Amino acid sequence: MSDLDQQMYREVILDHYKNPRSHGVLEPADATAEGQNPLCGDEVSVYVRFDGDVISDISFEGRGCAISQAATSMLTEIVKGRTASEVATMPKDELLDEIGIPLTPIRLKCAILGLGVLKVALHKAKGTPLPEEWRGMDGDDLTIG
Amino acid sequence: MAVTPAAKLDAQKLRADFAVFDEVVNGKPVAYLDSASSTQKPRQVLDSMREFYEHSYANVHRGVYTLAERATAGYEGAREKVRAYINAPSSREVIFTRSATEALNLIAYSWGLENLGPGDVVVITELEHHANFVPWQFIAKKTGAEFAHIPIDDLGELQLDALDEIASRGNVKVVANNLVSNTLGTINPVEKLAAWAHEQGAIMVVDAAQAAPHKKLDVQALGCDFLAFSSHKICGPSGVGALWGRRELLEEMQPFNFGGEMIRSVSLERTSWNELPYKFEAGTPAIAEAYGFGVALDYVSEVGLDAIEAHEHELVVQAMDALAEIDGIRIFGPPADRRTGIVSFELENVHPHDVAQILNWENIAVRAGHHCTQPLMTRLGVAATTRASFYLYSLPEDVDRLIAGLHKVKETFGA
Repeated sequence: MSDLDQQMYREVILDHYKNPRSHGVLEPADATAEGQNPLCGDEVSVYVRFDGDVISDISFEGRGCAISQAATSMLTEIVKGRTASEVATMPKDELLDEIGIPLTPIRLKCAILGLGVLKVALHKAKGTPLPEEWRGMDGDDLTIG
Repeated sequence: MAVTPAAKLDAQKLRADFAVFDEVVNGKPVAYLDSASSTQKPRQVLDSMREFYEHSYANVHRGVYTLAERATAGYEGAREKVRAYINAPSSREVIFTRSATEALNLIAYSWGLENLGPGDVVVITELEHHANFVPWQFIAKKTGAEFAHIPIDDLGELQLDALDEIASRGNVKVVANNLVSNTLGTINPVEKLAAWAHEQGAIMVVDAAQAAPHKKLDVQALGCDFLAFSSHKICGPSGVGALWGRRELLEEMQPFNFGGEMIRSVSLERTSWNELPYKFEAGTPAIAEAYGFGVALDYVSEVGLDAIEAHEHELVVQAMDALAEIDGIRIFGPPADRRTGIVSFELENVHPHDVAQILNWENIAVRAGHHCTQPLMTRLGVAATTRASFYLYSLPEDVDRLIAGLHKVKETFGA
């Protein structure tokens, strides 16, 4: 095992995994979407409320690996208070920097599942553009992998 | 399990045939516990393929020159080895495919499209790999046939008392089942299902991808009509698999792929099909791979399937006993004497992908996921499992390392 390996499950990741922030269903919600990563069997649903164009509240539910669930939990903290179009164009690197761990290409899909689902929810509710990598995935059922 | 004491194999010695184990990280080779997904390849297979490419390679069947004759002899020799391996009556009934998956699709399309319709019932099981599930689900929808499944009990064994109810739904035309479950290792009662299928006037399709590497196969004793398996799970190269089918059925069926080799004559008006097995082998096949497949069958036959089965049984007993000692582990599937060398489990509060990731730090290779058996995952109430699987080169030390690795996982997660 290398030091790099151990960083993957650094404390902040395990903390978000075990104590996810903004966890649960928002009812009613202005926007929702769900998605899976068939590779791990990760599942994430997001619920968003708007104040105008601003994300005033957000929650998620899901099950899956520590990376997917912790990343989505961190994402909810990042995007609250931002506008839909800001989040729609948010590069995935911003989330990955926050997660701050080395990820193999396979685990990268776990890490960005929540972000993809959120972008689909915003697209459905606000018509924000879906970047190339999420095109064709704008149904209720986002599948990456 | 019938095991003769004389049939013991020496895994440590066999490992000398597998260069992958020469590679060490921190002084240890990989603990390769993912053979159910694909096996490592012995140098006998690799050397033979190189030799074949260097000295016997040309396209098969049509060439009149010496190299083409050698290539054809090698390719057709492999077909005979496949025939012998499954005790099929004739090598004309053995079709080389790209994989077991392609073999199963071939049956579903070529047989299913022609023979299924409304009022008919296609029967699969809750244990199926997607390769023997999705093609039938698709063809059933397309033809209007009903798609029924045999449920499993909590141990992952088929509930055959559901058969009467299934028969009452219409004309049962196909029963498709894996001989061994790739996720749980369950050995299924295929002979019984085949007998029942024939009572209904149905055909019996056996997915033997997971059985062929570990058990002696005899299509005549199983009483099935089709059987599919692949090379890469039996120490052979990837890219080639085999379908066996009863001649009467194969002869009635339309081709699955069209092109060269599969025709008898072609004119602007009509085309007639080549004889078996070439009718189903359009295009240039995986020639050297088929050849290597045959060599791999020789390799495992020489080690001995009884010995392989007994060796895996010892490892699976060791693994199940040791796993049961770990707090928070749930083992899926039947007791060791009713499964092959496969153990699927979950560790409470840790996703299998995280388990596999941490085991990888210790150079332990296991599979995490749904194992292409999502209906089974649903039945078990999990999204995924961690699966360890064994083969002829697996060692008791591999199991010890798995167990130590799981303690590391628990430590990392505070689980």
